[in-house]
Amino acid sequence: MKFEDYNPLEEKVFKIMDKKGKIINTDDMPNFTNDQLLYLYRTMLLSRTMDEKQLSYQRQGRMLTYAPNIGQEATQIGSAYALEKEDWIVPSFRELGAWLIHGVPLKNIFLYWYGNEWGSHMPEDVKVLPVSVPISTQLQHATGIGMANNIKKENNVVLTYTGDGGTSGGEFHEALNFAGVFKAPTIFVIQNNQYAISVPRIEQTASKTLAQKAIAYGIPGIQVDGNDIFAMYVATKEAADRARRGEGPTLIEAITYRLAAHTTSDDPTKYREDAEVEEWKTRDPILRFKTYLENKGILTKEWDEKMKKEVENEITSTFEEIEGKADTKIEEIFMYHYETMPPILEEQLKEYKDFLEGGKNNDK
Amino acid sequence: MTNKINMVQAVNQALINEMELDDRVIVYGEDVGLEGGVFRATVDLQQKFGKERSFDTPLAESAIVGTAIGMAINGLKPVVELQFMGFSYPAFNQIISHVSRMRNRSRGRFTLPMVIRAPYGGGIRALEHHSESTEAIYAHIPGLKVVIPSTPYDAKGLLISAIRDPDPILFLEPKRIYRAFKQEIPAGDYELPIGKAKIVQEGEDITIVSWGAMVRDVQKAVEMVAKENIYPEVIDLRTISPMDRETIVESVKKTGRILIVQEAPKSFSVGSEIVSIVNEKAFLYLEAPPTKLAGFDTIFPLPRGEQYYIPSPERIAATIQEIVNY
Repeated sequence: MKFEDYNPLEEKVFKIMDKKGKIINTDDMPNFTNDQLLYLYRTMLLSRTMDEKQLSYQRQGRMLTYAPNIGQEATQIGSAYALEKEDWIVPSFRELGAWLIHGVPLKNIFLYWYGNEWGSHMPEDVKVLPVSVPISTQLQHATGIGMANNIKKENNVVLTYTGDGGTSGGEFHEALNFAGVFKAPTIFVIQNNQYAISVPRIEQTASKTLAQKAIAYGIPGIQVDGNDIFAMYVATKEAADRARRGEGPTLIEAITYRLAAHTTSDDPTKYREDAEVEEWKTRDPILRFKTYLENKGILTKEWDEKMKKEVENEITSTFEEIEGKADTKIEEIFMYHYETMPPILEEQLKEYKDFLEGGKNNDK
Repeated sequence: MTNKINMVQAVNQALINEMELDDRVIVYGEDVGLEGGVFRATVDLQQKFGKERSFDTPLAESAIVGTAIGMAINGLKPVVELQFMGFSYPAFNQIISHVSRMRNRSRGRFTLPMVIRAPYGGGIRALEHHSESTEAIYAHIPGLKVVIPSTPYDAKGLLISAIRDPDPILFLEPKRIYRAFKQEIPAGDYELPIGKAKIVQEGEDITIVSWGAMVRDVQKAVEMVAKENIYPEVIDLRTISPMDRETIVESVKKTGRILIVQEAPKSFSVGSEIVSIVNEKAFLYLEAPPTKLAGFDTIFPLPRGEQYYIPSPERIAATIQEIVNY
């Protein structure tokens, strides 16, 4: 595929598989082995089931606020699968599928949403930054990582995510502008899931598409069917190849839909119609991929059932590992602000511990 | 060989020193590369080390700091320049939301050995936003260090230490004294400790704490009161945060009196914090109320009014006498 063939001003969307799981663009269809296809499907299942379990734990009062990814699995898994192990991912906060593909352990993900900073302590060989809550601020980090790659003459690339609402802030602009100027090997994926909490995409910008914003930065921009795992993979792979060739950044607008709430604190029935949600359910990325795999005879009912049990067990047992066992120790709150704890923090920690140990008065 | 230089030259020497020693040190910002910075602090760096290690950026402070975060995570040691402290606020979100938090957020997995340099302070007859002294805003942020030199010697040694420090540092340079005086300083490599104040002058009668350009004005005031046989102890804070409380408290225990001299607005300031520390740690030693002599709680005036704003040596001397005679 060529980015030039998909002018975002013409709203030409890159697709490979239609919503019924039929390949409509055979030229660009990637060559995956059956094992690869089943691995992708399993990861989608893991992501979906993880969301469902976390939502259920949250309702039972066993988990805290949670931001589900339901409906966006293909956007995340397809794009992240185009990376090599040594490439970087700079996430926003709704990137469960990308985390799973790029090696973030399930335990870290649970710990994070359970309210413990150790969730963001990635294993040494996992190049995924922690969740960034302030919208789009992380895009600049992704640009900077890419700029450093250029300076160090390293060939790895950076994949970063934001949402449709994330394109409105100034930091989005600065990140893409710097990336364009310095030819950062950075791929910006906008997960256009149609809503920024309650505000619809149409109210974020007068731009016809989000991908067309790339034109202003002198970089390629493309709209991709975000519920088509093949299209997301191929577009991201092409962007990564360009980046590795030294041709700089790419902006990908993944058109998708958040089938669940923004977070567990949100009631989406207040701002969108059931009919709209039902329509998008017919485009469910997992359903579509599953139909494709079934039609090809790659996925059998038995394997599917077995996988569903397997991922559920994996999730349940990981949650059991941390539930009730992941409280932060008082020292940990103080220990990681600087490499060496300054006297003021030593003192505040000591005062609090003295208080805990039986109301000893401060000695000053 | 002599090395008698001013503060801008000292900053430049520190940058060259570190860039020569460590390939990971990268210096960038607006007008930093070809021009060598509007104050010339980065002059010759691009010529010496090439465009990849010292370069100009688009005019966007948030991305200057935001990309430095990415660079530091990816193994470099960025030293970025914000042209004036008054232009640091577009980058404030990156500083308070990420620079100061990345280590704690990731439990030490991702750390940010980076320096943000910015000229600060008034007294150069400049336009609006070119004179402010808002170090307290940054000192309030957990996870960030704020360092301010007061001499060419300190500027070089503290900046070298800051670049080698494993934590992110906001390095504020008092531009009023960028070229005010020269000092003979070592041409080679030396570090000064971050987090330690310096007793500039020992004395018995009153402790005066100051930093940046005000240290020199305090020293002038100290010469004036010497004629009245008043001998202050002068402490240059050097690091604003984390603050060297011990040096201040020990001095006040000796003198029983303290005056903080700052050009920042008086309320909710670094001086306010020092008063609080002294009250907590040396209350029974006090013989006079801890006092701040500061800028007014007003917006820094344009040049035709700036002479009123920054405490003059005369005002400092008068305040010293008031406190000593309390």
